[in-house]
Amino acid sequence: MPEQDAKARGRNFEEVTIGFTAEDALREANRCLACKKRDCVSGCPVEVPIPEFIALIKEGDFIGAAKKIKEKNPVPAVCGRVCPQESQCESKCALGKKNEPVAIGRMERFVADYERVNGGGSSNGQVKKPKPSGFKVAVVGTGPAGLVVAADLAKLGHEVTMFEALHKAGGVLVYGIPEFRLPKAIVQSEVDGIKALGVNIKVDSVVGKLYTIDELLGDFDAVFIGSGAGLPMFLNIPGENLNGVYSANEFLTRTNLMKAYLFPEYDTPIKKGGHVAVVGGGNVAMDSARTALRLGAEAVYLVYRRSMEELPARKEEVHHAIEEGIDFRLLTNPVEIVGEDGWVRGIKCVKMELGEPDESGRRRPVTIEGSEYVIEVDTVVMSIGTGSNPIIPNSTPDLEINRRGYIVADESGATSKPGVFAGGDIVTGSATVILAAGAGRKAANSIHEYLMTKVKA
Amino acid sequence: MAKVLGKEVLRSDLIALKVEAPEIAKKAKAGQFVVVRADEVGERIPLSLARISPEDGSLGLVVQTIGVTSSKLGAMNVGDDIADIAGPMGHATPIKNYGRVALLGGGFGAAPMYPIGKALKEAGNTVTSIIGARSADLLVYEKELAEFSDQVLVSTDDGSKGFKGLVTDVLKQEIEANGVDWVMAIGPAIMMKFVSLATKPYGIKTFVSLNPIMVDGTGMCGACRVSVGGKTMFGCTDGPDFDGHLVDWDLLMTRQRTYLTEEKVAMEKYSCSCVPSAK
Repeated sequence: MPEQDAKARGRNFEEVTIGFTAEDALREANRCLACKKRDCVSGCPVEVPIPEFIALIKEGDFIGAAKKIKEKNPVPAVCGRVCPQESQCESKCALGKKNEPVAIGRMERFVADYERVNGGGSSNGQVKKPKPSGFKVAVVGTGPAGLVVAADLAKLGHEVTMFEALHKAGGVLVYGIPEFRLPKAIVQSEVDGIKALGVNIKVDSVVGKLYTIDELLGDFDAVFIGSGAGLPMFLNIPGENLNGVYSANEFLTRTNLMKAYLFPEYDTPIKKGGHVAVVGGGNVAMDSARTALRLGAEAVYLVYRRSMEELPARKEEVHHAIEEGIDFRLLTNPVEIVGEDGWVRGIKCVKMELGEPDESGRRRPVTIEGSEYVIEVDTVVMSIGTGSNPIIPNSTPDLEINRRGYIVADESGATSKPGVFAGGDIVTGSATVILAAGAGRKAANSIHEYLMTKVKA
Repeated sequence: MAKVLGKEVLRSDLIALKVEAPEIAKKAKAGQFVVVRADEVGERIPLSLARISPEDGSLGLVVQTIGVTSSKLGAMNVGDDIADIAGPMGHATPIKNYGRVALLGGGFGAAPMYPIGKALKEAGNTVTSIIGARSADLLVYEKELAEFSDQVLVSTDDGSKGFKGLVTDVLKQEIEANGVDWVMAIGPAIMMKFVSLATKPYGIKTFVSLNPIMVDGTGMCGACRVSVGGKTMFGCTDGPDFDGHLVDWDLLMTRQRTYLTEEKVAMEKYSCSCVPSAK
């Protein structure tokens, strides 16, 4: 897929990958063997009818293909961009055994973009309005899990109201994943597509503060909690409260949601330029490092305690980060953030080597004695993971949570509280967009079943 | 969106707004705050509640027009819309009968003292409100606090009204003269620090309402982290009230200065763009 030149793109917030042309999409679609086994579909957490939408591309019906995807996935322009297809649909493609698998993600993205530009907006696969069921469902959180639940239930005729704590809907799609990987206008368009199904979205509404779950149960027949895992974690090393130390959540929220990269056109400030260390090795760490670069940093270091093989980030994003000049300091563990007059001046690290495998099967990093050194930086971004925000559990005492603070829900999304369902990161801990969407799909099905039993009662 | 229902200029740089927010007004308790975004390019800032009025569905906000957002809000008129208002955030101030309480409001901190003091009075406390300013013409909220306070004590730096000196001197006198069981201070960090230092030798429990930099106000970013009793806490979700004797004041004040340069840049840009135009 064509991409912006690595040097040029490292200084702008434009999307890195340029996307397929119609010719590219047709050529790629014709590689699909339309095999009987359809393993690609089972590799997709929301079971998009892949061979069927590719068949429509072959006929040149791009809008039809987009509508076909939206029968199962209300946010294809997002998923086509940020899913780790290499470990999902594309990993199951029959062609992939000998050659490159069919580029399913890129075709999904192409038809969704084509429909948005040429079809007058995002349709969400709805031809006619369903018969109203008379049931009302509250969806807490407007991230990927909540958006799928809302779209699915609206299509079944239920009246859906979504509650969002921030001033914009989309969850991690708007505050977390940067513009250069996922343009915010595209997220907005997909959210608008869900609104077009009749879903009502209330922003600035913090559930647990403005309304409790119990109050929602008084007004709605069922509640879905998809509030995510948004609590930032810190290492608890000395110097972490110095000026210039950010959680990745703060760094990315300022940049993406508040558009601090356009300061002072937008009012929210962020520290730009200088030398930046990002601690961690996941997708959020890659996003933070590449964001720092685009904010004008002279040098960006990625500090990770294991080696290249263990980096949890997507291969494509690691590759992009290396191309753009991020300095990877692997097998390196921060022990202290050093400061002067309250500001960060450097990050003290020790070198590590890999020892015996631990319980998770990964080789445990062990400190090399006497290897301490300081990387001189003025900004540090902590990207070592997130936890469960306690606002909802604290205000809902009879909702069962596990030791780590996540909501306990079964396969179908049912929680310990009748009528309350949950899914996505608030149940599993931080995972991927599409796994949250998949959890949303399952929960929507069980909410529908639950409501149907209420009819009989 | 929240409509501005009323506006009062308390002092050239202190504006009181009455804002339509029926759902928040129904839920909010004294000591909680809201996060406000003035317009589409705006930042999110936390504001304490100066009035909570469930009966007419409104909230009272008082802003000091020092930065870009407070200036935008201060320039709003009745009928204008504030882009976003979210809350109530944080924990409520623990209200119970402590006995004799003293409330100290520094600057526009006198405004959020109102709902807290009123609730303390209703809980049976004897309430002394202490406010101070450089001179008499800069004092605000004296009349409002008198609505529920058993006494309002005033200090000015130049002695133009009340006691000549600092609010902490007035507090010490009150402690020595009548005894005080519980203290709450709201205002600039430096003022809350000195109130805490003043009560420490007496061992009087002292609550402070911390004002660190915030972004979301819901616990998702940690911009507002403070150190209390040696432990890192989030001002927005663990606070905003903390035990003043345990707060690391120097850390709070250093972190508040993170964006001084940028705040100046934003303010210069705002002042330029709001030079009256031809229309």
